[in-house]
Amino acid sequence: MINFQQVTKRYANGTTAVVDIDLEVPDRQFLFIVGPSGAGKSTLLKLIIREEVPSEGKVFVDKWDVTKLPGRKVPHLRRQIGTVFQDFKLLPKKTVFENVAFALEIIGRTSKEIKEVTEEVLELVGLKDQRNLFPNQISGGEAQRVAIARAIVQKPPFVLADEPTGNLDAKSAWEIMAILQKLNELGTTVIMATHNIDIVQTLPHRMVEIEHGRIIKDSELKTKN
Amino acid sequence: MFITLLRLIKTTFQRIVRSPYHVIAATFVLFLSFFVTAAFVLIMLGSNVILKHFESKPQVTAFFKDDTNLAQVEELKKVLSNTGYLANAKYVSKEEALKIYKEQNKDEPILLEMVTADMLPASLEVFATDIKYLPNLAEILTKENSVEEVIYQKDIVSNLTNWTNTIRNLGVIVIAFLFVTSLLITLVVIGLNISVYKDEIEIMRLVGASSSYIRIPFIFEGMLYGVLGAGLAVSTIWLLLGYLEPVIKELFSGIPLLPVSNDLMLLILGGEALTGVLLGFISAVIATWKYLKV
Ligand SMILES: Nc1ncnc2c1ncn2[C@@H]1O[C@H](COP(=O)(O)OP(=O)(O)OP(=O)(O)O)[C@@H](O)[C@H]1O
Ligand SMILES: [Mg+2]
Repeated sequence: MINFQQVTKRYANGTTAVVDIDLEVPDRQFLFIVGPSGAGKSTLLKLIIREEVPSEGKVFVDKWDVTKLPGRKVPHLRRQIGTVFQDFKLLPKKTVFENVAFALEIIGRTSKEIKEVTEEVLELVGLKDQRNLFPNQISGGEAQRVAIARAIVQKPPFVLADEPTGNLDAKSAWEIMAILQKLNELGTTVIMATHNIDIVQTLPHRMVEIEHGRIIKDSELKTKN
Repeated sequence: MFITLLRLIKTTFQRIVRSPYHVIAATFVLFLSFFVTAAFVLIMLGSNVILKHFESKPQVTAFFKDDTNLAQVEELKKVLSNTGYLANAKYVSKEEALKIYKEQNKDEPILLEMVTADMLPASLEVFATDIKYLPNLAEILTKENSVEEVIYQKDIVSNLTNWTNTIRNLGVIVIAFLFVTSLLITLVVIGLNISVYKDEIEIMRLVGASSSYIRIPFIFEGMLYGVLGAGLAVSTIWLLLGYLEPVIKELFSGIPLLPVSNDLMLLILGGEALTGVLLGFISAVIATWKYLKV
């Protein structure tokens, strides 16, 4: 479960990115966060992984009070949360396989384990044959799938995706959505910030709309009401 | 744990291979510092040996004119001994001087062929009962007609002492300056490398790498620069010593400066390698603390 309790974030330069956010994301939910540019979507995601700390309020990830988490524990939090971004963030000098394996190397898994799990995850995202290619040799859609593979290779219960389809054509975007949906069906909580109205309207998931840092609409609350 | 250490070492080497100019820059300044330090240490130790050599030598040496006969020498000895300050006076004839010369240059047959006993002056090596009486003895020798030249060992010793003190002070300043520069350059090079790996570091943080996992390769990098610089410096000194051996032997003939013992070279190597590791470690820690926000 991810839980925002009256969270406000003001950046050092005085910009207030999000205001008074109360938001509970139960386990296994698929949540869209939508809103215009500058609304505060990325800020919300950054607050979850402690990339940013709230100015007011608290953020919980499971039992962890993220706001109070000591710096040395932050890596442990991040191992519970896979992250995917619009710009893929792949390492250009590593192959597809190495880009994914990387996330397991840094947590000290054995080479045998790494090989097994990485192959399994590459299979899941449909990139088994591209395993030895470098990022500049694959398409944007494939690159984003590599990024997803890296995000889930540690088997985290949460996946955060910040505009994962932003740089992709419609077909690739839908392939990405299919993978995220599959992950969600397998039990992962997925939070995705997006501009893509097409996708949000087609898929039947909870949608939180924010504007000027405030939640202006929450489709789940509406259906409950 | 072990596998992680191996991966960190591998990462360190991969990064070093990818930015050879960083390695060259950092290693070169460190090399320079360690080279100067090692040379300085050897010069200091060497000048100590030279000082000891002169201190153990007769306190005043009087060289005789060529036509001086033994009776004159005996007369002079008597005069000296009458002062009551004379501990010992040793006459070295032209032939003995040649023998000493031959012994000192036995590896140089060409030098030997050219020199005959005639060319070398006879001398009297004079030891005082106490160093403070030396001027009295020296004065007598200087006034003596048959004496061509008086060499006052005290002058040599005090001159040498002055020189070594100057070299030491200067050396310490130069070396301090070099090491501060090395520290800064290593720091900047590691900082540069941190910025080269900015993206990789960002991803490492995102996937949950611990702060030490991110820092350690940079710290290893610094330590490696230190060891490389020190190793290179000592090897160069060692090669240079071998190359300069004939020159040094000729310049300081009779003074046991060479060979420099292996133990000493190993000691210098060990000391410098350790200093290098420490210096690399310190600059890397500062660099990661300053440039790496994790
Ligand atoms: N590090 C920062 N320092 C200062 N202001 C920031 C920082 N990051 C974001 N902001 C500001 O906070 C507000 C919210 O930004 P955020 O990136 O969360 O918006 P967003 O909804 O993700 O926008 P987009 O759709 O363009 O990605 C914006 O006004 C932005 O300029
Ligand atoms: Mg954004």
